[in-house]
Amino acid sequence: MASDFAFPDIASKAAKATTDLETEKMEINMGPSHPSTHGVLQLKLELDGETVTKCDPVIGYLHRGDEKIAENMTYNQFVPYTDRLDYLAPLANNVAYAMAVEKLANLTVPDRCESIRALICELARISSHLLGMGVYAMDTGAMSVFLYTFEEREKLYKLFEELTGARFTTSYTRIGGLARDMPEGWTDRVLQFCEGVLPVVDETDKLLTRNRIFIDRTEGIGVISQEDAIAYGLTGPNLRATGVTMDLRKDAPYLGYEKYDFEVPVGTKGDSYDRYLVRLEEIRQSVHLVRQIIEQMPGGLWYADEAKKIFAPQKDKVLTNMEELIQNFMIVTEGPQMPAGEVYFEAENPKGSLGFYIVSKGGGIPYRMKIRSPSFCALSILPKMALGCMIADLSPILGSLDFVMGECDR
Amino acid sequence: MTQNDISLSTVVEKFPGVTERSSLDYKAFNVPASELLAALQFLRDELGFDMLVDLSGIDWDKETPRFSVAYHLYGTDRHEYVRVVSDCSEESEEPSIPSVMHLWPGANWHEREAFDMFGIRFEGHEDLRRILMWDGYPYYPLRKDFPLAGMETDLSDAEIQEETGTKVQAAPMAGGPFVAPQESHMGAREPRARDESWNEGKEKPSA
Repeated sequence: MASDFAFPDIASKAAKATTDLETEKMEINMGPSHPSTHGVLQLKLELDGETVTKCDPVIGYLHRGDEKIAENMTYNQFVPYTDRLDYLAPLANNVAYAMAVEKLANLTVPDRCESIRALICELARISSHLLGMGVYAMDTGAMSVFLYTFEEREKLYKLFEELTGARFTTSYTRIGGLARDMPEGWTDRVLQFCEGVLPVVDETDKLLTRNRIFIDRTEGIGVISQEDAIAYGLTGPNLRATGVTMDLRKDAPYLGYEKYDFEVPVGTKGDSYDRYLVRLEEIRQSVHLVRQIIEQMPGGLWYADEAKKIFAPQKDKVLTNMEELIQNFMIVTEGPQMPAGEVYFEAENPKGSLGFYIVSKGGGIPYRMKIRSPSFCALSILPKMALGCMIADLSPILGSLDFVMGECDR
Repeated sequence: MTQNDISLSTVVEKFPGVTERSSLDYKAFNVPASELLAALQFLRDELGFDMLVDLSGIDWDKETPRFSVAYHLYGTDRHEYVRVVSDCSEESEEPSIPSVMHLWPGANWHEREAFDMFGIRFEGHEDLRRILMWDGYPYYPLRKDFPLAGMETDLSDAEIQEETGTKVQAAPMAGGPFVAPQESHMGAREPRARDESWNEGKEKPSA
């Protein structure tokens, strides 16, 4: 990168233009059903010509009261609701939630369970970034990238279906384990997928990274400074694009990430182009991780067998043994039994840090559960970012932030 | 010595009102609302907890003080979390607590959400209005006295309400988990539910 690079100062130009000319501000609505808002996000914009002078995001169209719902059901019953947070990476949400509750129970799961969880988290990251990059390219006018990446994502969804029984709403984890073990030969098919996805990533690289139009649309657009990114609580690729090397997989390793060798890509300028580059490289790193995890996949149990009051016993035992029948009945009706106390757990999800703050008074139901969603924080910086940019730049900015409204509104 | 080496317990020494809070994971502190801003600023500037990752309201229902706010801070260099919990003052009708928006601009939306869900008033917040529910919504849904099914309210758009004459209705909850039994048997209450009247003190019907 040339060190004398300077971003065009659109805001001051716009301010100058307003002093020279008598202009009238115009208010328009973007969304809630606008293709580049990726869901139901409404932006109330105030425009001076084509320059945005005020941007007020209106969120909450997808608010379902997940936190209220969580207070009214057992811990295991809430797993399907976590699918619907970041619905582009449900497996990673399942894992983050299960780990938060296990932290409350002070329960460690066996190595095999951890490895499978790490594996599906990375697959979820690949799936989320493939879609995120595809739609981002489409926002800037490149159609073909979306078709290539979507095809790969489709292959991933076949793998998810084989593993969990569902393509989209996977609900794969249980408190203290998983819904089931991996099917036979599944890891081979995952490795096969890894072979196939790398050429597509390279192809995307060739199509976009040196593409004049794409660079013009994204470079220097939507710049976030390091200070702002930290002050607004940005996490994940959006934060790393500004040059901050924060990745919870490295900084506060969980699921045995310290065992694997991978790099954390960071950007330099924090603009929309950097956010694309970071995601592109993250896919490659995730593929690298997936291969290592499969290579080192330990055998053994895939659930915490000793946690009799938390993890429901296997079905064949439930139907033959009285002890297990009672155990199963208690866990299903009363919920997994937790101690009283407070925990907070964050996992490095594809979109950023997904956190669960659980206040428990004991028993099978949380007293309060706060879901800290990365998309919510990413969108909160939008009023500041959008100031002074052109209205046409909003779609690459929104695409580059890669948010999901299901998670933002909860 | 860098700020990363300074022990967290200096917070307790520096601020007389601050006490350690029991926690199952990270260090946690109870901070009185009067010292909240100073303590958080100390944590941010002197101890390197530069990121406010989460801000969450809590309703303790029957206890006093009823509302608390929990702050989770993360040090991007320290690689460490800390939890700060502060009780809301209940001197006036609405619970209130100082806003940390000027320490972390990202707190803006978090505080709006806590206001929206719990009715906690953040003193000094510049733009305190609802964020997830619509403007003019009369209740605070995450309070413990708000029912899971919701409550009947006016639609967000007054014009549509006038035209259609409909309202936002509470959700039908019969058959759902943790629903207290109501007066009549399920068959009469919820016609679509399987008739289980035989199970409620009546004779089982013959096949």
